[in-house]
Amino acid sequence: MSLDKSEVQKIAWLARLAIDEQDIPNYSVELSNILDLVERMNSVDTDGISPLAHPLELPARLRGDEITEKDQREHFQKHAPLTDEGCYLVPKVIE
Amino acid sequence: MHQSTLAQLSAALESKEISSEELTRLYLERCKKFNDSLNCFITINEDEAIKKAKLADQQRAENKHTALTGIPVAQKDIFCTNGIKTSCGSKMLDNFIAPYDATVVEKMNAAGFIMLGKTNMDEFAMGSSNETSFYGPVKNPWNTDYVPGGSSGGSASAVAARLTPIATGTDTGGSIRQPASLCGITGLKPTYGRVSRYGMIAFASSLDQGGPMALTAEDAALMMNVIAGFDERDSTSAEQQVDDYTKNLNNSIEGLKIGLPKEYFGEGLDSNIAKIVEDGIKELEKLGATCKEIELPNTELSIPAYYVVAPAECSSNLSRFDGVRFGYRCDDPKDLSDLYTRSRGEGFGKEVKRRIMIGAYVLSAGYYDAYYLKAQQIRHLIRDDFQNAFKDVDVIAGPTATGTAFKLNEMIDDPVSMYLSDLYTVSVNLAGLPAISVPAGFDNNLPVGLQLIGNYFEESRLLNIAHQFQQATDHHKAIPEGFE
Repeated sequence: MSLDKSEVQKIAWLARLAIDEQDIPNYSVELSNILDLVERMNSVDTDGISPLAHPLELPARLRGDEITEKDQREHFQKHAPLTDEGCYLVPKVIE
Repeated sequence: MHQSTLAQLSAALESKEISSEELTRLYLERCKKFNDSLNCFITINEDEAIKKAKLADQQRAENKHTALTGIPVAQKDIFCTNGIKTSCGSKMLDNFIAPYDATVVEKMNAAGFIMLGKTNMDEFAMGSSNETSFYGPVKNPWNTDYVPGGSSGGSASAVAARLTPIATGTDTGGSIRQPASLCGITGLKPTYGRVSRYGMIAFASSLDQGGPMALTAEDAALMMNVIAGFDERDSTSAEQQVDDYTKNLNNSIEGLKIGLPKEYFGEGLDSNIAKIVEDGIKELEKLGATCKEIELPNTELSIPAYYVVAPAECSSNLSRFDGVRFGYRCDDPKDLSDLYTRSRGEGFGKEVKRRIMIGAYVLSAGYYDAYYLKAQQIRHLIRDDFQNAFKDVDVIAGPTATGTAFKLNEMIDDPVSMYLSDLYTVSVNLAGLPAISVPAGFDNNLPVGLQLIGNYFEESRLLNIAHQFQQATDHHKAIPEGFE
């Protein structure tokens, strides 16, 4: 497995990560090496084996649809980079 | 006093031989004195700790205390601590003051533990050497040219150097056991779901588990009694009765059946390590255990499967760090997309970015079946291997790590080699089992750990065996030179 420059750029975009142009060759080699390691999985036949997502295979717990949390907006927004009147501010998205 | 175990400290506080304030000041002085050379703390919580210690002394005077009231602890910086910086070893959270306590922290505070500070760690717990931290590498007190292991390297180093009597760690692929092994302390990774993940910053949610890093198995048991248990705020918390983990510590291990996986003693294991681990197992035989060889045939596949499952879950979990609601935001974003990509690109370190990208790739359209589904199928095989083994044996024993601590910078530019060093730990996380690492000896003056793996919810049995081992051996009592 070898990822070329455009594939690295595509993955970085999917992951919403800005990466430096000069780092791409390194990422390309490192990510390809990791995928080579991962491909050792193909040495075993897993046809018919069910996937295991959760080690204890417990069913998801349900709870009543009731409000259990109190409003802590101000408390939480103290840690935000930029807020105004209870809203989180980001650059303009609609012209 | 700083060489004491929790049980000894508890007795000293009870008999008024020392006050919590004196004890806390003693450990704080050590933390400050040695942090320059070891770098095991990101935050030292001096004022708050002394305030809490005074309160603990008052509670003891009024007889409103638990056995552990007034004993210092260090929390891995992955656990949210209300009003205190919680960085997860990342620039992304360098400015993050947690707005609430993790369940583990809440429970330890309620039991009266005094938090000395927050320990250094690999960034977002991704690493096996503690070199990926934004705050610089942690050093191993046995030799400061060497790594302490990771990701709970700060906790392991601090406990080994006696800067704190006990600490918390988290283990996603070995992050409690491997640094415990490399620093010569006792580290328990509980069964998945045994300890609440609420407020523990998520790396790979189906693997992450918090647990104790201590000087002895008895101390680990005392901490487990505080932190284990069901938590409705963690959707994968186990609704299973909690043992008194100290109850069976003194039981004999006569008749215990130990399985020795041949895959754990094959090539890839350093021969000196093999010898020390085998000697440790002989010690258990002297105590009445019997051994038999077993097979865990898919062990080799655990690393490739792990490096699909963990990055996939990490890429999903870490998508919350977007520069909008908390954490790092880049300067002058030109639009929303620039805000996201640059905040993440600048806020995350190299190893975290690598893993997020691997995760994004294996989950991307067209690749899901070949990678993620395949890895989950292998995960099933690995769990079945263990379950088959546990039909014949009570516990599984082997090395914790493939070697002793390695030198700083030795492996940092070779992620794949670093990943392969997790060979004996990751399969336990994939299967969700409990496992403990206990000091078993030294190779070239660097500690070697013996790993014991139990069946689901058998922490009590592991702690019993580890305690019996520590009654018969002295490895856990060794103190690194300069830290006596």
